[in-house]
Amino acid sequence: MMYKRDPELIREVLGKKVQFILGDIACVYGGLLAGCSFFGGYPITPASEVAEGMARRLPRVKGTYIQMEDEIGSIAAVIGAAWGGAKSMTATSGPGFSLMMENYGYAVMTETPCVIVNIQRTGPSTGQPTLGAQGDMMQARWGTHGDFEAIALAPSTVQECMDFTVEAFNLAEKYRNPVCVMADGEMGHLRERVVIPDEKDLKIINRVPATIDKDKFIPFTNSQTRNSKVPDFPTFGTGYHTYVTGLTHNEKGFPATDKQPDHEKLVKRITTKITDDIDKLTNVEKLYLDDAKTVFVTYGASARPAESAMEMARAKGKKIGMLRLKLVWPFPFKEIQKLASKVDKIIVPEMNLGQIVHPVREYVEGQCKVVSAPKIGGEMHLPHELYKYLEGK
Amino acid sequence: MIEIKDDWCKGCGICIERCPVNALEDSDRLNKKGIRPPQLKEKNECNFCRLCELICPDLAITVIPDKEVKKDMKKTLLSPTGGKNK
Amino acid sequence: MPDIKTADKLNKKYLRGDMWPTIFCNGCGHGVVLDYTFWAIEELGLDMDKTVFVSGIGCSSRLPGYINADGLHTTHGRAIAFATGIKAANPDLNIIVFTGDGDCSGIGGNHLIHAARRNIDMTVIMINNFTYGMTGGQLSPTAPLGSIATTAPYGNIEHPFDICELVKALGANYVARWTVSHPYRPMKSVKAGLEKKGFSLIEFFSPCPTAYGRRNKLGDIKKHWKWYDDNTILIEEYNKIMKYGSDEEKEKTKNKMQIGVFQDIEKPGFFEQYEKLLKGLQDKRGKGGKK
Repeated sequence: MMYKRDPELIREVLGKKVQFILGDIACVYGGLLAGCSFFGGYPITPASEVAEGMARRLPRVKGTYIQMEDEIGSIAAVIGAAWGGAKSMTATSGPGFSLMMENYGYAVMTETPCVIVNIQRTGPSTGQPTLGAQGDMMQARWGTHGDFEAIALAPSTVQECMDFTVEAFNLAEKYRNPVCVMADGEMGHLRERVVIPDEKDLKIINRVPATIDKDKFIPFTNSQTRNSKVPDFPTFGTGYHTYVTGLTHNEKGFPATDKQPDHEKLVKRITTKITDDIDKLTNVEKLYLDDAKTVFVTYGASARPAESAMEMARAKGKKIGMLRLKLVWPFPFKEIQKLASKVDKIIVPEMNLGQIVHPVREYVEGQCKVVSAPKIGGEMHLPHELYKYLEGK
Repeated sequence: MIEIKDDWCKGCGICIERCPVNALEDSDRLNKKGIRPPQLKEKNECNFCRLCELICPDLAITVIPDKEVKKDMKKTLLSPTGGKNK
Repeated sequence: MPDIKTADKLNKKYLRGDMWPTIFCNGCGHGVVLDYTFWAIEELGLDMDKTVFVSGIGCSSRLPGYINADGLHTTHGRAIAFATGIKAANPDLNIIVFTGDGDCSGIGGNHLIHAARRNIDMTVIMINNFTYGMTGGQLSPTAPLGSIATTAPYGNIEHPFDICELVKALGANYVARWTVSHPYRPMKSVKAGLEKKGFSLIEFFSPCPTAYGRRNKLGDIKKHWKWYDDNTILIEEYNKIMKYGSDEEKEKTKNKMQIGVFQDIEKPGFFEQYEKLLKGLQDKRGKGGKK
């Protein structure tokens, strides 16, 4: 029996409207609200609670939960479920994210909508399992082999863990691309107050199913029913007899690996379908940018101490601002270019040795100074540590 | 009689080898790839057992029983997976 | 004369005609396995709109591209995991997985083990040609002792993997193994596997004259196909000879590869159990029990 999203049942299972929950569980809530009906997971600290939360709640909304044998099986089952018609997600951390890379590329190539929640932890390798980091940001963009575009969101509060998971599903369905929610161990294991939105305040986007005549339908080309580079989705079992492959394919879906133009046409379409919409996708939070001369550009958990440092500085009269990236990939380069022309210095606090500082530097193009504020080892920046960056010239 | 899709045949020769009554041989025609598809011999004992049809890796052979021939066609009428043709 | 089903009619119904002839080599057994599957599907009258074919990477995994139905050509070794996901999203679909020996038992071993253990409702048709054919003939986990391969130029010193034994031990509902040269029993077996609820594995010994046969001096195509007939034996006969035969007979048969139906049981499948679980939860909710 196929899943049907029932808003009343979902809210009955989620419980009270205002709750005090873990970030991991907020991701679960976001998935259920979006209509997730399949979760394939594997235990890994600090993301095990997402799997546990799903195991408890997904059967109660008549979805399917399977604990797969490893992370590779998890992402594979998630992609298969998407082709079977379900909205599907998985959750993992650094080592599992690395394992999932091959099939992440497969989802990009076959234009499969799915959500991967990465509760990042320190790396490389086993690292510090219980402590958070932001060391996978570049991996979300470049982790799998070949040329592709990534979509990644970085929540800074537990409420955002929930909201961004819903948004991730919407983006995945709209662009038919896998979307990563790059939380970190700090967010994942933090308890904060969340407010579950009412149905009327919730925006849900579903994939556009293929409806035209089976003989006329072409699966892997611009949509035949609307003006979009994203084709309509021919769910398995609806009679379209689609052949889906990770090999370079022609418009009908069959392997076409011999000629250069075929590959270029395909890869250009699946990358520009996202980059063309950079203005619609850009999602940032701007604080005190009107008169700021020194600005923090940050995302995820690092935004919290940065905001505190900024408030400390403002109290002393310094003109400091903050640009918080909610959607990190595709990189909101226009915002950075606009900012660079107005300010003298950009500081990029990150819980890694400097990853997002590189595209910042790239798009600043030397118009102002860019300073990296890295911190590794599983501890968040402390506000006074970031304040020191504001004191220097 | 048998119908061969010439351009599908790859010339493996399994049908000729496996025919229980040795009814097949290489023909004189050449297909697009330079392969000689099989044909029924002039004098053949074909009883329409359809083994060649079932075993051809390229699904190139179709066996069509001759209506005039009064041979025992029990095997032909059986469905390959067991039981009679419905 | 009743309307006899012929290969031609089957081809028109099930094959993507414009993709044929196949990429398979001359004398390859993969096309025969496809043929048997078509006959089994025809017998059962499966709805091709509700049947999905999943495959990994390799020669055997090219088969779904030739079938006129939904097909998912996935990454190396992961076909069974993808198939689990499709079935979870829509349990009404029939899932048939085409995979090869390296794809299934090498890189995909873990997924095979767990899908069989969970008894997921799918039919896995594994085509075993003792080699990694698509990439040129490297050593495969199922290759017999002493085989020559490009990555084992001095002979294989590893013991071969008996996949049917493994899947039988995991409690799959239907496990069988056949050669491609004798049509009737394999076709019945594929039909039985498709009908059966729960995990079915049907293994086919398929000749690979190009990558395996040539290197192991098994002769031309005809001799290579004959090699399979000479070196395989039905499991019932094997057991009979081992129990009652003379020493000479035992000596001749003890190294032959066994074929036949190894297991045919009825255990509830994963999704059957999951449906029961869901129903239990809904009943509890109806009674207003503890959430």
